[in-house]
Amino acid sequence: MTIIKISDDALARAAGADALAAAFEKKGHEVHRTSSWGMQWLEPLVEVDGKGFGPATLDDVDAILDGSSDKAIGIIEEHPWISSQTRLTFARAGKTRPLSLEDYEASGGWSGLKRARTLGGEAICKEVLDSGLRGRGGAGFPTGIKWETVRKAAGPQKYIVCNADEGDSGTFADRMAMEGDPFALIEGMAIAGEAVGASQGYIYLRSEYPDAHRKLNAALKLCEDIIAPFKCEVRLGAGAYVCGEETSLLNSLEGKRGEVRAKPPLPALEGFLGKPTVVNNVLSLAAVPHILQEGGAAAYAERGMDRSKGTMPIQLAGNIKYGGLYEVPFGITLGELVNEIGGGTATGRPVKAVQVGGPLGAYIHPDQFDIPFDYEAFTAADALIGHAGVTVFDDTADMGAMAHFAMEFCAEESCGKCTPCRIGAVRGQEIIERIRKGGRQRDTLELAPQMHNTKKDEGRSAGEEIGLLTDLCETMKFGSLCALGGFTPYPVMSALKHWPEDFVSNPEVVEQALDAAE
Amino acid sequence: MSSKQEKIGEIIAEHIHREGPLLPILNDIQAELGCVDAETEAQIAEALNLTRADVHGVVSFYHDYKSEADPRPVVQICRAEACKARGVEKLIGDANAAAGERVKIQTVYCLGLCSAGPAARTGDDLHIRLDSQSVTKLIENA
Repeated sequence: MTIIKISDDALARAAGADALAAAFEKKGHEVHRTSSWGMQWLEPLVEVDGKGFGPATLDDVDAILDGSSDKAIGIIEEHPWISSQTRLTFARAGKTRPLSLEDYEASGGWSGLKRARTLGGEAICKEVLDSGLRGRGGAGFPTGIKWETVRKAAGPQKYIVCNADEGDSGTFADRMAMEGDPFALIEGMAIAGEAVGASQGYIYLRSEYPDAHRKLNAALKLCEDIIAPFKCEVRLGAGAYVCGEETSLLNSLEGKRGEVRAKPPLPALEGFLGKPTVVNNVLSLAAVPHILQEGGAAAYAERGMDRSKGTMPIQLAGNIKYGGLYEVPFGITLGELVNEIGGGTATGRPVKAVQVGGPLGAYIHPDQFDIPFDYEAFTAADALIGHAGVTVFDDTADMGAMAHFAMEFCAEESCGKCTPCRIGAVRGQEIIERIRKGGRQRDTLELAPQMHNTKKDEGRSAGEEIGLLTDLCETMKFGSLCALGGFTPYPVMSALKHWPEDFVSNPEVVEQALDAAE
Repeated sequence: MSSKQEKIGEIIAEHIHREGPLLPILNDIQAELGCVDAETEAQIAEALNLTRADVHGVVSFYHDYKSEADPRPVVQICRAEACKARGVEKLIGDANAAAGERVKIQTVYCLGLCSAGPAARTGDDLHIRLDSQSVTKLIENA
C-alpha cells in the first residue's frame, strides 16, 4: 500500500480531485488530502513517493500506480517551478494535511505563538517591525507600526480582524492560505492578539469561498484550546467587493451597510465597535508565525529589495501557460514572472497586456517588463502591486473594452458614499463609449431652434472626450474616499495610454489629447 | 405565528448575542428562505431594536440578499478580468441559450480560480476550465 497525496484545495476539487482520490482509495491505497503545491495547470496533481503526475484523470489511475503514466513530472520538490521559489508563508503548501494538528505541529506549528507568549507585546511588535513586513492586502503599510499603534491605544477591549475578503480578480493566495494552512493564519492572529492585548479575533471571509469557510470553522474548533484565551470566529460577507476596504469591512462586520468610513479616526484607534482594532490581510497574518520563530525576523528582513522586505506570494493568473502560486522575495521582474516562470500565454499567442494588482491595478505593456516587483518601483511606474495578482492577456484582448469594464465594475461595486466614485464611474463608462464611437454629436433636441441655450456646433471630438476622461480620472483619483474610486483610473488611463488603437482609429488623437491635458 | 416567522425567530435567537449580529442573521435567512423580504426585515428590526429602514438599507446594499425568492437553479459565472482573459465572454451566448427561462445565470466577480478559468459555481460546487460544451452541460444539469 502506498500513500497517495492529492490536494483538497478548491481548484483541485473543481478539477476533479475528489473523484480521483476515491478511485485510488478503491484500489486499496491510503490517500492523504493535502494542501496544493500551487502548480495549478497540473491540477489535479497526484503525488506518489514524492513524484508528481498531472493533470490526472480517472483514466490515468492504473498507469500512475504502475509508474508508466505519461503525465509524470518527476520529483515535485525538484521541479524548477517549485525549486526556484522561496516559500515562507506557503512553506507547508503541498506537504501537509490542512486540518491535521499533527502535521501542523510536526512542521514547526505553534512555535511562533509559544515564543511570542514569552516575549510580551512590545517585543513582538518590534520583531514584526524589524522583519520589514508590510501589509499584503495592497497598501503596503508596515505591519509592526500598525500593531504598535493598537498596542499603545488605551482600552480594555481590542480586536484582531483578518481581512479575508479577497475580491480582486487574479488573486487567490488568501484562499489557498486559508484552505491549505488555516492553522498558520489562526496562529498569526493569536500572536497579533498577544502583541496588542486583544482577546477576540474575527475573520471576515467573502461568501464566494465556501471551501475556505468550512476549513476555517473546522480548524478553529480543533485549536480552540491551543489559542485560548484568544478567541476567534469566522464572519461571512455577502458579496460586496468594497468590503475588502478595511473601514467598509468594519462597518459590515458591525452589521451595517458596507460603506467606507472617512479616516481619521484610524481603525487602529477606533475600529470595530469603536475599539482599537488591528485589520490585517490573510497573508500578512499568515507570515507572522514564521517571523516570530527564533531568528525569523532577521531571516525575513534579509530577503527582498529596498523597503520591500521578505517574500511575496505572487499569483500568476489569466491567460497564462503555467499559472499558480509563486512565492519569491521582492525584486523579481515582471518579464521573468510572465515569460520565464509563467511560460507566456496559455493560448500561445503573444502577450498583449498584464494587469497587476486586481481590477484596480494598471495594465502594463510588455515594454515595461523590466519593472522589479517592489512597492516603490511600481508606484514610480504609475502602477501598483496590490495583492500581487498578475493577470495576463493575449493579443486578442480589447483594451478599450477592459477600460470600460474597469468603470463598469467600479459603478457596480461602489458603496455610494462619495460622489467621485458613485457618479464618476457611470460617467466614465459613458465617456469611454463616446470615445470609441469617435466623439459626440449634438442631438436633435440640442439642434432644435427653440433650444436657445444649447450649442449648435459639431459636438465634441474624440480628442475632447479624452480630455474629459483625463479630468474625470484626476477627480476620482484625488477625490474618492477609498481605493475603489481612487484607483479605478489606473486601469483606465494605462489602457488608454498604451493601447490607443483600441479606443480610436487614429492613435495620434490620444497622444495629442493626453499631452494637452498635462 | 406562522412557521416562517418561527424559523426567522430561531435564526435571530441563535445570533442575537453576537457582536454585530445582523449579517450572520441575514446570511442564514437568505440561505434558509432564499430571500429576505419586507416582512422579514420588519421582524428583524423589531428583534434587534433597529428601524425597518436600517435593516432594509443593509439588505439592499449586499448582492447576496434577494427581496424575492427565485425557485430556479442558479449558475454563477465569473466575468472578472482573469476569466475574461481566458475567454469567458465567448461562452455567455451559449450559457444564456442553454439556460433559457429554466436556469438563472448570475454574473459574479471572481471565485478565486483565476489561472484556470472560465470558472462557475453551482451551490458549493466549483467548476473550472469551462468551454462552450462543458458550460452547456453544466447548465443543462443544474
